[in-house]
Amino acid sequence: MAAIEALPATVRPPPSRMAAFWRSFAENRGAIVGLAVMILLIAIAIGADIVAPHSPIEQFRSSFLTPPAWIQGGSFDFPLGTDDLGRDILSRLIYGARLSLIIGAMVVTLSLAVGTLLGLSAAFAGGLIDIALMRLMDVLLVFPSLVLAVVIVAILGHPSLLNAMFAVSIVTLPHYTRLVRAAALSELARDYVTAARCAGAGTLRLMLSTVLPNCVAPLIVQATLGFSSAILDEAALSFLGLGAQPPTPEWGTMLAGALQYYQRAWWLLTFPGLAILVTVLAFNLFGDGLRDALDPKLRR
Amino acid sequence: MLQFILRRVSLIIPTFIGVTLLTFALIRLVPGDPIEVRFGERGVAPERLAALRHEAGLDQPLWKQFLDYEAQVATGDLGISVVTKQPVWSEFAALFPATVELSVSAILFAVLIGLPLGVVAAVKRGSPFDYGLMGLSVTGASMPIPWWGLMMILVFSVGLGWTPVSGRISDVFFVEPITGFMLIDTWFSDDDGAVLSAINHLILPAIVLGTIPLATVARMTRSSMLEVLNEDYIRTARAKGVSGLRVVLVHALRNALIPVVTVIGLQVGTLLGGAILTETIFSWPGVGHWLVESVQRRDYPVLQGGVLLVASLVMLVNFGVDLTYGFLNPRIRR
Repeated sequence: MAAIEALPATVRPPPSRMAAFWRSFAENRGAIVGLAVMILLIAIAIGADIVAPHSPIEQFRSSFLTPPAWIQGGSFDFPLGTDDLGRDILSRLIYGARLSLIIGAMVVTLSLAVGTLLGLSAAFAGGLIDIALMRLMDVLLVFPSLVLAVVIVAILGHPSLLNAMFAVSIVTLPHYTRLVRAAALSELARDYVTAARCAGAGTLRLMLSTVLPNCVAPLIVQATLGFSSAILDEAALSFLGLGAQPPTPEWGTMLAGALQYYQRAWWLLTFPGLAILVTVLAFNLFGDGLRDALDPKLRR
Repeated sequence: MLQFILRRVSLIIPTFIGVTLLTFALIRLVPGDPIEVRFGERGVAPERLAALRHEAGLDQPLWKQFLDYEAQVATGDLGISVVTKQPVWSEFAALFPATVELSVSAILFAVLIGLPLGVVAAVKRGSPFDYGLMGLSVTGASMPIPWWGLMMILVFSVGLGWTPVSGRISDVFFVEPITGFMLIDTWFSDDDGAVLSAINHLILPAIVLGTIPLATVARMTRSSMLEVLNEDYIRTARAKGVSGLRVVLVHALRNALIPVVTVIGLQVGTLLGGAILTETIFSWPGVGHWLVESVQRRDYPVLQGGVLLVASLVMLVNFGVDLTYGFLNPRIRR
């Protein structure tokens, strides 16, 4: 111990893995902006009850279709204006952020968990199980994602936020399954896995504590990018009337609700769409940055 | 090459059977008995219901029903719409040209703009143009399409009055549908106004549908070009005095195009999925709009047949892309 302390101060230990990762991540300005926006969104979503000036479903009967504050006729009571039922758009957007983040998190968690399980099973079992699972994933991949999501909502019966989330999870499932299977297969061929097996590790231990931790990097990237596509697909389904139903303050539902009035009240349309765009963009930028930082080989 | 083709075919057959299994399951999984759904609120007597179920083969064991369904599909019989009483196939065939016209225009828009932009970004790597283009490309890929389409209508149709809001052609023209492709049909109608009207109706939907492919093509072209520009033969070409433009356009671009062509081919799924949104926004009478309506009207035979046709189309195009790729790049034939 004493010997180590006695080392001259000029010899610094190599940066920890975390520090090295952060340094290469921070080089990417887009990724930093994405991260900042994400943190802001999460803060807004958590503090929605405090931040939002009004309730998202309260109807102010004296102010239908009030324009944003900086336009004549607008007022600072409703900074981004009100909709056709006199609801404050800013408050609906703020609660919508909470909803969108929950949607993204639920969809990613569900498809990540099931996809990991299926991918590991396919890689470990091999043979018929592997072939059957992968063929099934091929079948799911043949359908354009939105088409498959629409079909699943139809199968589930009535359109709702929960059903749409389930549909989007199934649609993204094949990506995770394929990714995990491919990563697990390449790890399975390594010596350390053989060593663990010789040491008597059971299949479950091999799967979860030997192989899986080494497949995590591509999964994190996929999950971040999956977050944004989940928000986009969910908004698209809600726009088609197959997702969240009014008066839920979901961003896609707000777009659908704007259809009737947007030609004379542009703020009904513009702000929910911008909210979706900014959120999805933030996650995409962050995901791209993560990928570059985690996998130096992919860097351009 | 023949062996390569056969191997690919042997891969798509089980996938196709899987797809039919899913569409077969679809009509059994949706809530409600298919016969009862047909009668709707009026209801039907139990004896009549049993007779109809027998007629439709619904009292057979599931595996037999599935085989019957496969035989039906093989002969091109996709059932009959509950709402319009028309065969699903003929409804699809009538609407499909509209979707093809829109998708082809969208992909042309994406390639004609995305390809040159990607090339310039790669050549001027690290320049403000490069950064700007890549920023726009991420933004394009993050675009909520319903919003994008409606904003375009708000600006260009409502605000500036440049383009119409919806449909394929103005009501004042009557065009005999010969091919189903509005641009071709109006071309033969000898009415210049009709052609212009058709083009005018097509521009906005094509741009909206082409936005995500545009982002993908620009990004892919850039990274493929960057890879090729680092190759030794490019340095050799420069060293022997070939002009800069010629190196980029002839030596590099040709080789960089292979992965780009594949990516363009694989956009078919994206286009057909995107058509659902774009056609709904612009009331474009195509397959995507039809599918969404079938869900809203609970017209399940249409949904079943339409989804099967869309999936088959994607498989067919992917197969074509695979073959082209194998043809262009002998290394992957193995």
